[in-house]
Amino acid sequence: MQSEWKFTAKDIAEKPDLFTSGHRACAGCAPATVMRLIMKAVRGPTIVTNATGCMEVVSSIYPYTSWAVPWLHTAFENAAANASGIEAAIKIMKKKGRIKHEHVDVIAIAGDGGTYDIGIQALSGAVERGHDFLFVLYDNEAYMNTGIQRSGGTPLGASTTTSPAGTVLPGKLEYKKPIADIMVAHEMPYVATAAPYYWRDLIQKARRGLEVNGPAFLHVFAPCPRGWRSDPSKSIELSRLAVETCVFPLWEAVNGKYQLSPPSKVFASNPQKKKPVKEYLQVQGRFRHLFTPKFEKIVDEIQRITDERWNRLLKKCEMS
Amino acid sequence: MKSVVKQEVLALSGDEAVAYAVKQSDVDVVAAYPITPQTIIVERFSEYVANGEVETEFVCTESEHSALTACLAASVAGARTFTASASAGLALMHEMLFVTSGSRAPVVMAIANRALSAPINIHGDQSDTMAERDSGWIQIYAENAQEVYDSIIQAFRIAENPEVLLPVIVGLDGFTLSHSLENVNVLPDDVVKKFVGVRQFPEVLTHEGKKAPFKLDPEYPMTMGPMAFPNYYFEFKRQQEEAMKNALKIIPQVHDEYAKISGRRYGDGLLDLYSLEDAEIAIICLGSTAGTVKTVVDELRVDGVKAGLLRIRTFRPLPVEGIIDALKNVKAVAVMDKSMSFGGHGGQVFQEVRHALYDAPRHPYVVNYIYGLGGRDTSPSQIRKIYEELQKILQTKHVENPIRYVGLRE
Repeated sequence: MQSEWKFTAKDIAEKPDLFTSGHRACAGCAPATVMRLIMKAVRGPTIVTNATGCMEVVSSIYPYTSWAVPWLHTAFENAAANASGIEAAIKIMKKKGRIKHEHVDVIAIAGDGGTYDIGIQALSGAVERGHDFLFVLYDNEAYMNTGIQRSGGTPLGASTTTSPAGTVLPGKLEYKKPIADIMVAHEMPYVATAAPYYWRDLIQKARRGLEVNGPAFLHVFAPCPRGWRSDPSKSIELSRLAVETCVFPLWEAVNGKYQLSPPSKVFASNPQKKKPVKEYLQVQGRFRHLFTPKFEKIVDEIQRITDERWNRLLKKCEMS
Repeated sequence: MKSVVKQEVLALSGDEAVAYAVKQSDVDVVAAYPITPQTIIVERFSEYVANGEVETEFVCTESEHSALTACLAASVAGARTFTASASAGLALMHEMLFVTSGSRAPVVMAIANRALSAPINIHGDQSDTMAERDSGWIQIYAENAQEVYDSIIQAFRIAENPEVLLPVIVGLDGFTLSHSLENVNVLPDDVVKKFVGVRQFPEVLTHEGKKAPFKLDPEYPMTMGPMAFPNYYFEFKRQQEEAMKNALKIIPQVHDEYAKISGRRYGDGLLDLYSLEDAEIAIICLGSTAGTVKTVVDELRVDGVKAGLLRIRTFRPLPVEGIIDALKNVKAVAVMDKSMSFGGHGGQVFQEVRHALYDAPRHPYVVNYIYGLGGRDTSPSQIRKIYEELQKILQTKHVENPIRYVGLRE
């Protein structure tokens, strides 16, 4: 095992941007910040492939590009299959002496639709086959590119254009799919969750994902002010609040062994510091209807499922 | 032909002939998924991998969609790639067929032609590839296992030609070709390796203004598969059409070069003409049916009937001028379709041929025979009957019903 990459804030600031400015993401777009941070973690020659989605659309409008690395988009459901093909090509061409690079890292990037829903088959297959690549899920919790439709990553109670809060229904009726746990169940070498407020943790995890031999999965929480009806200046703070309420705990599972990451560890050792989910929900327009008498019980249910999942995670981390 | 290379004769099914040709063609990445009647291709190739007979990354994907995606991505990354499928598998690839041709990725794919569901049917017809005729892939249909072998090797050269840079489908009729053993002449490994060569890349300008090979290369970062708005998209599509036109020129060139080594020709590589020079009546078909038709033509010729055959080997790009020229003296033509275009005016090949003839100086009678769906056999006597009906059209100077069915209960 190579020694862990250590970096200072200055190192990161001085490292050239590989996801560059000029892209057309909305004001306050956390996924765009996540792209920039992920690309700060690269260690050498790297090829990136994107599923169809916000980050693909805003970054590759012909004849412009935000990518300073070789970059490929083919379709929506197949980012992991793209990565499989690229990795296989590099492996064999290196063997045949047709490329000169000693090693080329492959990163596949997809949103929640391209991961939880339409992309899960290709992802599961690529991980089962053991391709050496990092899959980054930027989770903005709905199909934002097509105009805020619910996905398997949309949480309970969120109002989207296909799960609107109405007079009868309180927004989405189903729970967010535990995608990172599903990936751990693949017995893959590295799975982690991250949030952009904890940028150092995020970059470190992306780097670990690249360094590990075999497939790695990084689930990044990525607020979307347009879809969440939240203040564009608060996106990064929202990602902090999601961690502080344990709505989105930060952890990693190395070879299946779960471990809480420092930002979330605080709430394991000091449960009183854990904030109520209400604080997280009330600053987002997508949950506004939950603060009316008719649907207020949903807030309790969200608190219940958040606690239940948190306690389950603590058990997995052997911290309870 | 003087420089014909000494060749070994192997007993191979069409599927095995594909696998053998791929083995010899220095393919970097094969990504595939099993489906009848293509499965033998993947199985044989897996054996080559297991026995260390090939230097190929073999990716056994979880679906055909991912198989073609992986080939496309590997191809864009600079690898020579191959996949194979059929029927439902090809239909599942549908989306990626367009992305592959639009990305100008020279992937080669064998299709063991099979009927589409429902009802589910594993047997041979050409509904699967006909449904993909507008997907931007070159389509070559082989008549026998020998031609399957030869066409796969040629396909890599055609696809990767910088003037073409389009993916190629080689179609072989399910079971009739895929599973039937034939004697196949195979070229020595080194001869094939030399013929296919190492993949070359056209030079393009990167966004930094540097000249670079057209592929994903960390040395020259390039954005592939971008988003093109209405202000650019149309030009991308127009270039694909130009590449198809170029293929009309490149396919015969590659075919000719290969013929000089192998001693085997299939017409000019686009159209295969049989007893057509003085023919008054002719059948047009694709694939293995041509073998049956040739037998019948020979019999009819003995009887003094001026019968001929035009086999369309390359269906995409469609050799329009060649078809007009080949039929210039023919008075009545029967176009055979092993697929249907529901609600259209006849089968796909019929539509295309009759459309092409609109620009011909004189028009023969053209009738359509839809046949063999779901693997139904077509006998020499049925072919003979088609020729008889063409003779009747010439006598009566009248086409009663232009769209007819062969061997069907009504």
